Amino acid sequence: MPSWSQFMDALRQGLPLIKPQLQLTLFGIGILLTDFFLEQRFKFLNAWVAMAGVAFSAVELWRLRGVEAPGFNGSIQVDSFFVYFGFLFLAATALVILISVRYLEIEHEHHGEYYALMLFATVGMMFMASGYDLVTLFISLETMALSFYILAGFLRNERRSNEGALKYLLLGAFSSGILAYGFSVLYGLSGSTNLGDIANAIALRPAGDILVLLALVTVSAGLFFKIAAVPFHQWAPDVYEGAPTSITAYVSVASKAASFALLMRLFLVPFWPVRANWETLLGVIAVATMTVGNFAAITQTNIKRLLAYSSIAHVGYILLGLVALNDTGLKGVAFYLFAYTFMNIGAFAVIILLRRKGLIGDELEDMNGLIHRNPGAAVLMLIFLLSLAGIPPTAGFMGKWLIFWGLIQTGHYYLAVFAALYILPAAYYYLRIVVHMWMTDVTDPVRPTISPAQWVALVAAVTIVLGAGLYPEPFLRLAAYSVILPLAR
Amino acid sequence: MEFYDSHILSVILFTPLAGTLLMLFVPREYENAHRWLGNLFGFLGFAVSVPLVWKFDEVAHIPGFQFIEYAPWIPSIGADYRLGIDGISYLLILLTTLLGAIAILSSWSAIQSRVKEYYILLLLLQVGMLGVFMSLDFFLFYVFWEVMLVPMYFLIGVWGSDRRLYAAIKFFLYTLAGSVLMLLAILAMYFNHAAMHAAAWGCALQAVHEASTFNIEVLLAVVPSFGATLQQWLFWGVFFAFAIKVPMFPFHTWLPDAHTEAPTAGSVILAGVLLKMGTYGFLRFSVPMFPDAVKNPKIMAAVITLSIVAIIYGALVCMMQKDMKKLIAYSSVSHLGFCTLGIFVLTPAGLTGSVIQQINHGLSTGMLFLIVGVLYERRHTRLISDYGGISTPMPNFAAVYLIASLSSLGMPVLNGFIGEFTILKGVFEVNKVWAAWGSLGIVLGAAYLLWLYQRVMYGPVTNPANEKLPDLNAREMACFLPLIALCFWIGVYPAPLFRILEQPVKKIVLTVNPTYYDKPVMARPVAPPQGETAPATLPEGK
Repeated sequence: MPSWSQFMDALRQGLPLIKPQLQLTLFGIGILLTDFFLEQRFKFLNAWVAMAGVAFSAVELWRLRGVEAPGFNGSIQVDSFFVYFGFLFLAATALVILISVRYLEIEHEHHGEYYALMLFATVGMMFMASGYDLVTLFISLETMALSFYILAGFLRNERRSNEGALKYLLLGAFSSGILAYGFSVLYGLSGSTNLGDIANAIALRPAGDILVLLALVTVSAGLFFKIAAVPFHQWAPDVYEGAPTSITAYVSVASKAASFALLMRLFLVPFWPVRANWETLLGVIAVATMTVGNFAAITQTNIKRLLAYSSIAHVGYILLGLVALNDTGLKGVAFYLFAYTFMNIGAFAVIILLRRKGLIGDELEDMNGLIHRNPGAAVLMLIFLLSLAGIPPTAGFMGKWLIFWGLIQTGHYYLAVFAALYILPAAYYYLRIVVHMWMTDVTDPVRPTISPAQWVALVAAVTIVLGAGLYPEPFLRLAAYSVILPLAR
Repeated sequence: MEFYDSHILSVILFTPLAGTLLMLFVPREYENAHRWLGNLFGFLGFAVSVPLVWKFDEVAHIPGFQFIEYAPWIPSIGADYRLGIDGISYLLILLTTLLGAIAILSSWSAIQSRVKEYYILLLLLQVGMLGVFMSLDFFLFYVFWEVMLVPMYFLIGVWGSDRRLYAAIKFFLYTLAGSVLMLLAILAMYFNHAAMHAAAWGCALQAVHEASTFNIEVLLAVVPSFGATLQQWLFWGVFFAFAIKVPMFPFHTWLPDAHTEAPTAGSVILAGVLLKMGTYGFLRFSVPMFPDAVKNPKIMAAVITLSIVAIIYGALVCMMQKDMKKLIAYSSVSHLGFCTLGIFVLTPAGLTGSVIQQINHGLSTGMLFLIVGVLYERRHTRLISDYGGISTPMPNFAAVYLIASLSSLGMPVLNGFIGEFTILKGVFEVNKVWAAWGSLGIVLGAAYLLWLYQRVMYGPVTNPANEKLPDLNAREMACFLPLIALCFWIGVYPAPLFRILEQPVKKIVLTVNPTYYDKPVMARPVAPPQGETAPATLPEGK
């Protein structure tokens, strides 16, 4: 039994390392409390409080830059990897808060819980990036996932939203079970829940050890579900379509980035000794994911579903960065997730503009003639779509560039050719949206308006997407900053 | 002025961009303001490129590229902002700025909807094309290469005719397919360059990343020393990008659709400049970077067969067209076949002729597309059968059209002859049969162009709607006159072109065939008698 003083020491040493998460938790609880006293017309104040929480958390996170320390007896690990991803989650959260306010008002679902849950989800994500212990990681994953189950079903009166949430919950619980099973095997192998100890234990096992492979396969299956990689991707389109559009943006970006952080942490630390095994696995999964995602997206008529399938395809690209598994590839993963965060939230921010009373605005037809109805929105959407397709000079192109570069450096020529050619179907379906926006006559003369908060989100997103495309140098350095650690371990 | 002197290429490159930025702030309702601004910046873009004519050092006392500009851009991946031109890109840049200005001028009355976007996109397109010809950094090159797709996609898709959406997406995807493969080839070149350094210095690959670069000048010097197999892989990697752009025979199917559906200015730019990006790629990268691949008899035979098939097939398909614009589009396939033929025989005459023919094609096919545009604006049909006897109501137009046709079909005294003749001379040195097929293409070219002219212009006016067509107005004349003047100039006195091209072509030939110039002239396969080839032999006399 650790003594009281040991416990206090651990607390004193560990608390500063989780201050960003503490800030978010406090603000989340604060929103839950103050929400009672807010009249319906003042609910937007919750968004301000949530933004303040994000800002405070960002300040604390900024103070942790350059820190490299384990905390709480090694159950969390603060390092540049965590700081990079932490900022990514905070940025995504901030952008989604900005695009949510008016949307929730239109939906008549403006409740404080929405923002509180978003902050709690962010707490979960941040622990996913910093956790260094199976229990911490599993609990943080569930913190995030449970928040998302509720958020996905936030439109209580809408059947699609309920259906999506239920599917998400059932399949998510199932995949968490598989993941937990994998974790238990890892514990059985090593007698420890600490990732470093597990890595040492696995390194001692003979090559091709069946237990290690069992753990690898089950853990991978659970993680593939979370990042929506083939063959565990089926939930994505339904959830994306049914969830509130702002939450679709959030799930597709933040949840994915967090799951990738977890995946990288697990694959680069405990599974590092068996990387030869998972490289092939990831390569196969990546190609399958790109294939299914890209070809399924071609026939979609609902933009949210289309972007859901396209996000599956993007997962394939990001996985390829892990297959390359060199400095460039990992930098590519970090940069790609960064770029994807901004371009995808940007695209969803434009889709949200179309939502108004009596129109859901997520069908391709609803985009018809957007250039005549709101030229600014059409131009922004074009930039986001080109970035998603990987056309320079955008952030999306730089992400793909790094991934291809990593693949070429490590001699994965066939994978590189596959990945490069899959840009074509992607360009095709993104341009379908462009055709509706720019080359189809107006069928619905209502001009979408943009609220100030949405402007802020859109301008921030487009600045990053174009900025990281035209002058990628600082962003590349940021991405490089994130990868130093896992490889050195 | 000092800034202009040291940054002339950047000024040329970004003048159109300045125009687009300015136009962004003019409300879309002021359509005439956009027309004026578009024309102003189109003309300015040309005007700032004119001083190149006397600043450019033809004899190239400086070996290699001139007007080099450099600024660090993305040091962590070794990509820089690096511009520079040699004789080949110099001519293509002048062609681009001239045709760009003319294309903008020609759309004054043709474009009546979404004027603001139209001029913005045309100017953006201009930036992309100029960037491709100027870039001396592969990363920068690739960015411009792809950037230029987007405005062209919109020009076809928004302002095109009936099947515009199909044509636009087909254009986009075809070109993108080649580009992504080229992207991989570029990365592979970069990587192998780094690996070579690592091997030479005996250090880890990671350490040399800072030494490796996308600098085209460096890669031009290094890549030819790669192994023959690697060179072949890289050659095919970039080949598709350029072959689709040119387009060479089996990859040409996007072209008739895109050219036919695009608005007039779009077709002019497509035919006049965009296709040259493919041939420019061959000249700048494929041939000098992968000499072992292009010298490989199998590859050479394959590429030349494709060129000859393009010449003959393009010409035959032209004969069968009912749509004027489609006919001219297919004639581009045929003419560009000459250009690739000239490039891949790897002789100085072939290469020089190819560049000249590229310029010629830009001028004459640009004119032909403008001519179809003039008719289309008046009658809103492109079917040959709707016309006939147009020379009666439009005599000036008839004269212009005749000059354009003759220039395109290679009539002596006009420019087409010089290019085709020089190419055939170069081909003849290597293989007489290839040259014979090429000559057949010229004959067929005369056939389809003159037959088209006859059906449209001569005979009685069969369609009453054509009786009162107004002749060319002053603006339209202003579009044609500079082009006609250039056609005559190149036809009568092409010596400056040969002089400009001498150094860059020599450099290419020396990389591919280092001993070529050592042989005495008589020992070359067949040297044509001096007197007959006055224009072609001028550079050797200098």
